[in-house]
Amino acid sequence: MSGISRRRLLRGGLAAAGLSGLGVAAALAQRYGLIPPDHGGIYGAGETLTYAAQRLLTARHPLAREFTRAEISKVFPVNGPPPETESYARLRAEGFRGWRLTVEGLVARPLSISLAELKTFPQTAQITHQACEEGWSFIAEWSGVRLSHVLTLAGIRPMAKFVVFFPFDESWDSLDMADAWHPQTLLAYGMNARDLPVPHGAPVRLRVARQLGYKSVKYLSRIVVTDSLHEIENGLGSRSPDYGYSWYAGI
Amino acid sequence: MADSVALPELAIDAPASDLARHSALVRRTHWIHTAAVSALIVSGGAILIAHPRLYWGETGGAGGPSLVDLPLPFVFGPSGWGRSLHFLAAWIAVLNGLLYVVFGLVDRHFRRRLLPGRSELSTRSIRQVLDDHVHLRRLRADGAIRYNLLQQLAYLVVIFVLFPLIILTGFAMSPALTSVAPMLVTVWGGQQSARTMHFVFTCALVLFVVAHVLMIALTGFRERMRAMITGDHARTAP
Repeated sequence: MSGISRRRLLRGGLAAAGLSGLGVAAALAQRYGLIPPDHGGIYGAGETLTYAAQRLLTARHPLAREFTRAEISKVFPVNGPPPETESYARLRAEGFRGWRLTVEGLVARPLSISLAELKTFPQTAQITHQACEEGWSFIAEWSGVRLSHVLTLAGIRPMAKFVVFFPFDESWDSLDMADAWHPQTLLAYGMNARDLPVPHGAPVRLRVARQLGYKSVKYLSRIVVTDSLHEIENGLGSRSPDYGYSWYAGI
Repeated sequence: MADSVALPELAIDAPASDLARHSALVRRTHWIHTAAVSALIVSGGAILIAHPRLYWGETGGAGGPSLVDLPLPFVFGPSGWGRSLHFLAAWIAVLNGLLYVVFGLVDRHFRRRLLPGRSELSTRSIRQVLDDHVHLRRLRADGAIRYNLLQQLAYLVVIFVLFPLIILTGFAMSPALTSVAPMLVTVWGGQQSARTMHFVFTCALVLFVVAHVLMIALTGFRERMRAMITGDHARTAP
């Protein structure tokens, strides 16, 4: 066999092995939920590598760092104004007494929970670091109910893959089940031992300790459990990709 | 100490493949890295100007004290493209860098070309090379296979110190990665300290790039570029 044909054979073999390896990797990634909804486009490869690598590394669901009360920040900057919708203004004027959080989709028992009811559920608190994608950050104490508690009450169907969060404004977002079930993922109604202030998402916001701040959706109104994000709004699992930001913000 | 490196002797000692000034893998990884790091620096700048203030410790934000207010405008709004480009380019840079380092170890590229020999570490030799650089003398070294001591040190520091530090301070800003290994961030004294050091190490890398390009310009831009693009030995240069 001549050198050239041997080399060609070797290259062909390597290319075939590489391609079938990629195929197997893609099938495995799909099966184990390692492909983010915004995997398409120029930047999709980077999003997919980051999400898959971090989901493998966090397979044991480690906790985000927690801090002491002495480490709580002095200033808590916010981005963006509260929702300008009439329904939010009305609820805010009456101290959120008429507010209800609905839980629907792939659940055995759809829920509609008032703020008072939410406060009767087991309370938990965490002092965690929240960083904005812009670079600034603060440490605050958040209190509320574990999202997992509410999901258990609703009875999540086995095919569920994502939990989608709709607030009173146009921003919306979703979590995979790993972060939805994570013990530090809260429906927070308290901040620094007081009611959650309006600029921080009153009456209830999501708190996701292992992702950037924009994942912690404020002004919650509706939770939808689903097995696919394709049919929801832009199909990318969040409004963030419309602005160029990643769906997965564990960075 | 010889004033010039005697090329024919070296060429006889070295295997034939050494006659290429830069191996194909070094050339490819060099240009992939050039593209990826350029993208990282541009996109890093886009991310930075969303909040061009640096802090020390765990937290920092508008309304609180800062370490440095960079003389840059606050540019809000969509720097999202910068973020996506930053992570895509980071993956390319890290995977490409790993390929280069593994190759460098297996092929003994680092040992043969970047590790200073004993003779090069003698006081006299060090003085000579410093003197040459200060006076911009004997830097052309056409055909020299080995790098001089200052080049070796600069490359070793960039490859084995600066890039790992930039990557690690990047990891320290990830809330998911620090949940796996809190030490990634605590070692810097907090998330904002890590962000600040990510910027400082990047500035050091930019300084290296400026010096690197300047030295190439001073020592024969065309030959150096040809060597890194085609691998041609400088001897064949007209």
